[in-house]
Formats: sequence, C-alpha cells, structure tokens
Amino acid sequence: MMGGSDRVRDVAGSLHPLERKVVPVLAKHLSFADIVKHSGLLDVEVMRALQWLAAKEALSLREDVREILVLGENGRKAAKHGLPETAFLKAIHKGPLKRDDVKKAANLSDDEVNACVGVLRGKAAMTISAGPVFTITDHGKRILEKDSPEEALLKKVSGHEVDVSSLKDLELLAFQSLKKRKDMLLSVLKKDWTVALTSLGKSLSKHDLKDDLVERLTPEMLASGEWKGKTFRSYDVSAVVPRKERGKRHFLNQAKQSAKSIWLEMGFKEMTGSFIQTSFWNFDALFTAQDHPVREMQDTFFIKNPSQGRLPEKKIVSAVKAVHEDGGDTGSIGWRYAWNEDESRRNVLRTHTTCLSAHTLASIRDDKLALPAKYFALGKCFRNETLDWSHLFEFNQTEGIVVDENANFRHLLGYLKAFFRKMGYEQARFRPAYFPYTEFSVEIDVWHPVHKKWFELGGAGIFRPEVVKPLLGIDIPVLAWGPGFDRIIIEYFKIQDIRELYKNDVKQLREMKEWMR
Amino acid sequence: MPTLTLNKEVLEKLVGKKLSLDQLKDRISMLGTDLEKIEDNEIVVEVFPNRPDMLSEPGFARALSSFIGVKTGLREFKVNKASQNENYKVIIDRSVEKVRPFTACAIVKNIKFDDEKIREIVQLQEKLHVTFGRHRKKLAIGIYPLEKIHLPITYTAMKPSEIRFRPLESDKEMTGLEILARHPAGKEYAHLLKDAKVFPLFVDAKGSVLSMPPIINSHETGKVSEETSEVFIECSGFDYEVLSQCLNIIVTSLAEMGGKIFEMILDYGREKRRSPDLSPREWKLDIDYARRMIGLQLSDSEIKKLLERMGFAYSETSRKVLIPAYRTDILHQIDLAEDIAIAYGYENFEPEIPNVMTIGEEDPLEVFKNRAANILVGMGFIETISYNLTNKDVNSHKMLIKGDSAVVEIANSQTVDRSIMRSWVLPSLMQIFSENTNKEYPQKLFEIGTGFIHSSSEETGVDEVPKLAAAIARSDSDFTRIKQVVDELMKSLGLEFSLEKTDHPSFIVGRGAKILTGKKEIGFLGEINPLVLEGFGVQMPVSALELDIAKIYASLH
Repeated sequence: MMGGSDRVRDVAGSLHPLERKVVPVLAKHLSFADIVKHSGLLDVEVMRALQWLAAKEALSLREDVREILVLGENGRKAAKHGLPETAFLKAIHKGPLKRDDVKKAANLSDDEVNACVGVLRGKAAMTISAGPVFTITDHGKRILEKDSPEEALLKKVSGHEVDVSSLKDLELLAFQSLKKRKDMLLSVLKKDWTVALTSLGKSLSKHDLKDDLVERLTPEMLASGEWKGKTFRSYDVSAVVPRKERGKRHFLNQAKQSAKSIWLEMGFKEMTGSFIQTSFWNFDALFTAQDHPVREMQDTFFIKNPSQGRLPEKKIVSAVKAVHEDGGDTGSIGWRYAWNEDESRRNVLRTHTTCLSAHTLASIRDDKLALPAKYFALGKCFRNETLDWSHLFEFNQTEGIVVDENANFRHLLGYLKAFFRKMGYEQARFRPAYFPYTEFSVEIDVWHPVHKKWFELGGAGIFRPEVVKPLLGIDIPVLAWGPGFDRIIIEYFKIQDIRELYKNDVKQLREMKEWMR
Repeated sequence: MPTLTLNKEVLEKLVGKKLSLDQLKDRISMLGTDLEKIEDNEIVVEVFPNRPDMLSEPGFARALSSFIGVKTGLREFKVNKASQNENYKVIIDRSVEKVRPFTACAIVKNIKFDDEKIREIVQLQEKLHVTFGRHRKKLAIGIYPLEKIHLPITYTAMKPSEIRFRPLESDKEMTGLEILARHPAGKEYAHLLKDAKVFPLFVDAKGSVLSMPPIINSHETGKVSEETSEVFIECSGFDYEVLSQCLNIIVTSLAEMGGKIFEMILDYGREKRRSPDLSPREWKLDIDYARRMIGLQLSDSEIKKLLERMGFAYSETSRKVLIPAYRTDILHQIDLAEDIAIAYGYENFEPEIPNVMTIGEEDPLEVFKNRAANILVGMGFIETISYNLTNKDVNSHKMLIKGDSAVVEIANSQTVDRSIMRSWVLPSLMQIFSENTNKEYPQKLFEIGTGFIHSSSEETGVDEVPKLAAAIARSDSDFTRIKQVVDELMKSLGLEFSLEKTDHPSFIVGRGAKILTGKKEIGFLGEINPLVLEGFGVQMPVSALELDIAKIYASLH
C-alpha cells in the first residue's frame, strides 16, 4: 500500500493531458458548467477527464436532474411588453373603444383579441356593450395599478434560471396558468453534474502539476535530445488494450501435429492415401463380408461418378476372394459365400484409415527387409450421417500398425500403455471387444484424472490372418490401434457441439487457445 | 450393435450363482460384452455381432456361467430321434429352388410357455432376424404351435395370386400380393420378394398355410400362446449351413429353458437331411501358435481349463477342441486363441514393450504442407478446415464456373448440401466469408485441402489434388495485396515464378492471373469478381489465390 503523498505523486504523474487541465480548476469550481467554462475544454472532454479521475478515486460525480422553467416565443414577448390582456386594458383605460380600435391601439392579433376578451370578462375587468364596445370597470383599473403575478414570473424567468421546485404560492399558480397558454412558459428537465473531491482529489487539485510531462517519445525528440531531463507521463499499466491480431493454425491441425509427433517419437512411419477408395481396399481386403451392414447405403458414402475403380494385381484379388469364400490358404473357413468382384470395385469415401494399413501391407508384400515395421496414419474419414451435435459425416481417425513376426498380445498391450501415456493418460485398462478385422480385439479405457472416471478412448487388436496373409503374403502378427481423435480434441477445447470443429467462425478461430498438450 | 435386456434374478438362477453388483459389472465386461447399464433388476448389455448365441437370456447366462467357473466345458444337447410313424418330416418341393431354396427345421417339446417365455423367444427371434439374418435378407425364422399343425409339412412355392391365408394380426384372408401391399409386415419386407414369380410357403398335411417366409406367419397356425408346449421351428434362406447354425442357436436356447429337442427329416428329393445337427465341430489347435499369439507359455492343462471356461472341450492328448454347435464365430484358430486370452482375463496380462528398432518418418508432402502453412501464418493468415463434401452451387455456380459435369458426385448423400466432392478449395473460403460477415475485418484466411478431379490414371478414377487457397477480405483488398503473398511465399520457397493474365470467371476481368513456374501452371490469383461476392453475400472486396501444392512440391525436388 502506498502512503498518501506517494499516491498523490503517482497519480499526478499519470494524468492524461485532459485531466491535467481539469484538475487545477477543481480547487475552485465543482459544478460541471463552471469546470467547462474555466478549463477551456469541450463538454465531452471535461466529462471524459472527470470519469477517468473518478476511476482513480480522486473524486465522485453526482448527477442532478432539475426541472427548470423556459420561456416560449410568446412568453419572451410578454416578458418584455407585458401580457396581451394588460395592453388591452391599458388601451380601454383611456375610454371605451370598438374592437378594431382596441386591436390597433394595443397592437394585438385577432387571436389575441379573442383570448383577451375571454380572460378580461372572466376577471370582470370590463363590460361589453353592442358594437361591440369595451368599457373598463373599476376592478379593471385596480388590476392595472400593479404587475400581475404571471408577468412577474415571466420577468423573473427571463433573467435567471428558475427551478420549478423553488416556486411558491402565487408563482406556482401563475406557472400553472401560463403553462396552459400557447408558447408562453415551459418546464424542461436539465441534467447537471456536481463534483465531490475525495481527499486524494483535494490534494491533487493543490498539487503542482508540471505541464511539460512527455506523452510520447518520438524520433524527432530522440534526434534533438529534447527528451533529456524531462519526465514521461506514467501509464495505468492495468488498462485494457485491444486484442492483437495474428495468423494461426487451425486448432485441429495443432492437435494433429502433436499427435503425429507421438507416433514419430515411437518410431512410426506416416502412411497417407486417398479419401476415395474402392470397396476392395476399404472392406474386402479387411475381411468385411460383402453383405455386412456397414457396406449398406445408410452407413457408407458411395461415389456416383465415377462409381467404380480398378482392382489391384490379380494375385492379391484372388487371395482376398479365396479368403472370403473358404478361407483360402489361411487355415480359416472364410465367410462361405460367392465373392463378387464388381461389388469390390465400387468406389466409396473411406470409412476408416485402416484401408491405408491394408494398402501398406500389400506394398511391403514379400519385402522381408522392410520388417519389422511400424506405420501410422492420421486423417479424415467419412460416414453417411446427418449432422447433429454429436455426429459428423467427416471425422478424424488416427491409427498405427506394428508389423513384426515376433509380436504378440502382450506387446499390443505394452504399446497401448506407452502410447496412451504419451497422450497424457497415465492409466489405461483393457477389455475384450469385437472388430471385424481384428482378433484379438481390445477396447481401451483411460482414467480421466479430472472427471475421476474411465472413458472409452479407442479400439485395438491384432489383424486377423484373413486380412494379413492375402495382402502381405505371410501370416505374421500385425498389431493395430486407433484412439478416438476428435473426442480427445473436443474434450481439450471444451467444445460442446462437435460441429464447431468445422464451423470456421472467424471470431472463435481468433480467440481459441493454443493446443498445449 | 444389438442390446439385450436381462432380468438380474432370472440371470442369477440360470447362471447358478449370485454375484455382487460390482462383480457382475466386472465379469460382464471382461467376458467381452459391453455393459450398457444396470438399474435395479434390469441389466442392459450390448452383445457383439459375432456372438448371436448370446442374444437370449439363457444363451447369455450359459456363457457367463462358464466364464465365472460355475458350469464349464462343453454343454451336451440331446436330439431325440423322430419315430417312424410320427411324420416328423418336412418335404421340400423343387418349386422353392429359385426363390428361397433351403430350410432347416426342428421340433421342441416340453416347454411351459408363459408371458415371460413368449416375450423371450420373440425377442431372440427378432434379434436374430436383424443381426444374423441381416433384416431377414439372409434368413427368416418361423416358430409355430405344434398342436395346431398336422405333420408332415411341405415347403413349397406358389404364384402370389393363388396364395390365400389369414396373416398374423389380420381379421381376414388375403392373397400373397395383398399381404405385400397392405399388411404392415408385408409392406416392410416386400422388397425381399420384389422380383419373385412365386412366393415360398410352409403348408401342413391338411393344406393349411403356416407362413409365407420371409414375410409373415398365419394367424391360425403361426402364433405361439400360453396353451403351447410344443413348437415347430424353421429357418428359411439361401445357405443351409447358415440356417442350420441359426436353428441351433434357437433350439439350444429353448433347451436351456427345459425344452426337449426332436429331430426332423428334411426331404430335399435327391437327398434327405437330419435336422438339427447339434454335434460339436472338431478343431485341431496348433498350441504353439496360440501360445505365440497370446504371449504366454501356457501348459496343455491350463489351456484346457481356459477353453472350458469359454464353453469348449479340449483333449490334451489329441489337442483337439470341440466347438459347440451354437458357436458361429470360430472361423480360424486365432478365434480360439482369443477366447483363451479372454478366459485368462485381459486384466491379468502383463503388458510388455518389445525391443524393436524402427525409424519414425513423416510423409514428405505432409512436411511440406506444414511448412507452407507456417509461412502463411507468418503473414497473418488464419487457417480454416472445411468439409470435403459440398455442392455444385458453392463449388461452381456461385464462383461463375460453367460446366460442372466433371465433378465427383456422391451417390447417396442424405442432404443436397453435401452431394459432391469439392474440386477446389477457394469456394470453401468464400463460403466462410459469407458466414462471417458480422465479424471484424480484415479477415485473412487460408486452407490446405484436397481438390477431387476425374482422372483415368488413378485406381479410383479420381485424382485427389492437394491445394492451398488463401484470401483477404478487407476494404482495400486488391491485386497487389494477394500478389505480395504469392511473392513472399515463392521467395521463401526459393522458386521463380511468372504471372500471365487469365480469363478465369471468378476474378474481375483484367485482374486475374495464372501463376507459372517455367511453363507449368501451378495456380492462379486475382481480385474476386463482384458478382461472386454478391452471390456469397459478401460486402467486402476479396483478393485470393489457389495453388497446386503437389506441383510446387515437385518443382522443388
């Protein structure tokens, strides 16, 4: 906590030029209008300075709302020359007059004459005889002897600002009667501000404010050396500043890059490939029977144009065909149906990155030197779904395979533990599962330390011999796993609606935090 | 995946042991079924599609009981012989050959059907229809009260107009065609008989129709009630082996409920088959293979014990496994090896990382894409990611591109919005601008994505071209600003380039250019045509570029 005088010096040094002009005025003047007058600033400038000073706790601003009286056009005339009925009375005081003569003598309009006739008759100030001729009464003469309360009020208002709340008795009655008359006397609301200085404000207003504080250092000042010996105005360092614009990678790609580095650090080589695949690579090579529900229209996007692609070399096609029909030479009994080549030519949008693993196994067929080998893929996959908060028709998948003749189930669990530890999950547990192209199959649960519960994060397994042998040419273990990638991302960025991943809301992209895992 | 609802008390009785809630939860998931929820007495589990034998309460209890060691080993089911005079016979007429050639049948007696058992058997039938039967496409199941039927039964086919019977839950007789047109089940499954000239029928000895598979049973002879204690069961379809497996799952479930299974003779004319065949399959296990895959040196006796926990029998001397007739999921000995591991318990394995040296490597083109992206980020661009699926309106029409016949189209998209694969990336950026008109400007966006273009040289007939698009929307966006970006990018990559005017319709005439390295066109840039901006509802000038990343990458190497 700073001491009193330190605080005064500190605030004095940080004053903005506008505040600097206002503060000395406050020693003598506390009403807004006076401050404006004596500071030589505009209303808005004074207001801004006062608000800043209030934020610095140098003063408090009180807003007053007053109802004041304002003369209308007729009111201004009446304040100078008297009310029309007075002129009327004066004119007939000299003797009875006809209507036109009164009008001329009192310099009134037809409307005013009509109004005066009403008013004066009501007050019994005159009589009317045929003609019409107007004659003043004794009462009328007495009225003329002094100013009416209405006229007195009008004169008062023309000289000073009069508060409605200050009116008393006769003045109040006069105001009410004048208010009813056209353009005579109005009341309006007026806002005003009054300043109350705090003790800091009081000290500040008496403080000697140097007016040569440097606001901004310029190249010219540096060249001339003019800055030397000067004091810089000190800033409010906690003041809010506008957001800084910058270029940014999409948050999803930031996360993808970090997932990639996990695979790379573990010695995996990247597989890439096309989004459109023949059913052969997406399904048949992965031992998915041709009548499997996943191959139906409601699950998978089929391509209309071009609807079919080419099959790979005959050796691989025949091996896949055989494995479906009777297991071929794999020791399997197969799915036991007539495999259809045309069905496998149908183009689809890949439903998983596992088709890339199939391509890779075929590409290292008979290449003994390539083994042991580890591969990974990370990319978009597709399923024919309608979009809602928890379903996307395009989603990301990542998966890795280990092709190693000595690999076994315990190794799979070992790799999984290490992989998920790198992803940030210290504890993982494994349950039996089912996937069409793996046997063994494993479901991985990881322990979420914040939510304190297990949640499913992906599947894993060992590729079935019916998958491996037709592609690779030999039957050796191929370990495979793929965590649910989008799920990790929405969890990290606390996204409720999965559609936000591809919403491309420019504001959201600008403000999204960085992937730091 | 199909779910199964179990009653905890019934399950415990069938299993033969009471388990605490935690034990039950744990054992069910470690057996290889997904526990959905347990609430009071109700247990909901997801049964994996390879285990249709677990789709009934008795079938599920059978597996669980073995797994926790209460009743292990192979279950024997007695098939009672059909006596000569009882006519336990189904005659298969040749007329079915072209429409639905096979059936597998059985009779089960001695079941006291009550509400609960009827519900149970209907549930099993329905779940098998959906999963194993692929919504009746592969097979259909019929279960009939034997007391209403006169044996023997004939499986035949007739012209639909000549078929007349009262289908289930209907108040009058209908012809085959009327059933397909009007009956709810008929309408739902009519597509399965779409091109059939004759419809299959089960008819009893007195000529009463039992059912018209795979559509509907008869109301008179095809409805199991509380008076029923003996049933006739048939599965019809296209592959006898599949039908036989399905029949085995049903009759063994009924046998677990106390039913007695009776054999039927299926007279296929040229050959006679006995059904059901519940003899276990014999499989020689390569024990070294199993040990190698599992990663444990298990002894013969351990393997025997573990296999018995999964309902198999194993002979240590012959190393032969006996597989029960209801297990349809054993295709290869790897399936036996996995079952041994499940019985051992996944939680009991010690994970191990082998000492294997491999070298990690990122795909070089992906590395290059990343570098390009980082250069753009350095110039203040924000990266976007759009869907690959789009529509012709965005991809061509709004961009003023004529002739969009060459785009790659989706056959079965659920929305017209997503009916093609985008052929370039810039329209996606325009779409993003149009959705962000209320956000602060300037907006500088880029995206690296794929353009899908027909190409006969590719395996799929489609070339998937990696592309980079960048666009600047701001009040003074112009050709210079976007040319600066290309300039800087190409300088950073160390590539020389030149520009040549283009009449690309998406750009203002005279302000669009092709980007060339040597003579190779690698992309284009320019000021977006105001007609395009109008189409997208963007009221801010936009200048943009699109580059073929593969071509740039190739120029560098």
